[in-house]
Amino acid sequence: MSRLTIPVSEKDHVQGAKDAPVTLVEYGDYECPYCGQAYPIVKKLQKNLGNKLRFIFRNFPLQEAHPHALLAACAAEAAALQGKFWEMHDLLYENQDALEPEDLLSYARDLKLNLTQFENDISEETVTQRVKADFKSGLHSGVNGTPCFFINGVRHDAPWDYDSLSAALLETIQTLA
Amino acid sequence: MTNPLAPGTKAPDFSLHSTPDQKVSLSELRGKTVILAFYPADWSPVCGDQLTLYNEVLSDFRQKGAELIGISTDGIWCHLAFGKDRRLHFPILSDFEPKGATARAYGVYREHDGFSERALFVINPEGIVHWSYVSPVGINPGADGILSALETLERTKEKVG
Repeated sequence: MSRLTIPVSEKDHVQGAKDAPVTLVEYGDYECPYCGQAYPIVKKLQKNLGNKLRFIFRNFPLQEAHPHALLAACAAEAAALQGKFWEMHDLLYENQDALEPEDLLSYARDLKLNLTQFENDISEETVTQRVKADFKSGLHSGVNGTPCFFINGVRHDAPWDYDSLSAALLETIQTLA
Repeated sequence: MTNPLAPGTKAPDFSLHSTPDQKVSLSELRGKTVILAFYPADWSPVCGDQLTLYNEVLSDFRQKGAELIGISTDGIWCHLAFGKDRRLHFPILSDFEPKGATARAYGVYREHDGFSERALFVINPEGIVHWSYVSPVGINPGADGILSALETLERTKEKVG
């Protein structure tokens, strides 16, 4: 059974209550079509589980398979430096077929980011390193493709359609109650 | 039930086609750490993901002095098309004739299915199995097991050296 080797911390991008009974971590790639399919599923889970669910997104760009994935991940991390990680994350998944550098810049413009800073940050070594550190933590935790989910630290090997994920999350909540 | 070769066993040599006119044998890799990834078949979704993942981790493997080799019972022309499609930067060998002979020698051939287990072996530079793992056929084992095995191998080497 594979487990998260790096626990969720304040360094992560987090949505939801800190004391939520169940934490869902996704390792994802912005160019991966399956992650694109998972995106609305996670949104629906968040809506239906409310404050019972905490969601964390970590980067796992498969660069050989997806040539735009690394820069897109850097764009989200650069947006995070201006407090707009999730807004960029959402825009990227809603526009997976437009991830060229000029597209990323136009999303930054849509989010009213400081463009000079964004352009500087997206190629900043620390930003790239952050993405690569996520990738490495994923590898060591047994991430085996994208998307890869962990429920309270344990890799979810079952399917990740809405019903399966929802059932797994609810079961975890019930076990803890 | 298959019975994969356990750590400490000498890794059986093989010589299998990587292209129609080239062969790769284990003995010519003596002196290097070798990762053998047996997988059931080209093109099936889980294998694809698994090899795609290893393709991304190749530089980490090589940094640790290890060469990765994929092996399945698919024919060489199938492998060529698959490797090209997935842009794989490591050899995938064809355990085709006699079918599954290498998988059998490593104890990971599934007689009733006609293909191998999803099995991983890390072989040390002296040609001895250092670590082995068999994953359920439908579950992609990821890279964590291989990475830990390479790390323990490095530590053993340091101790000896």
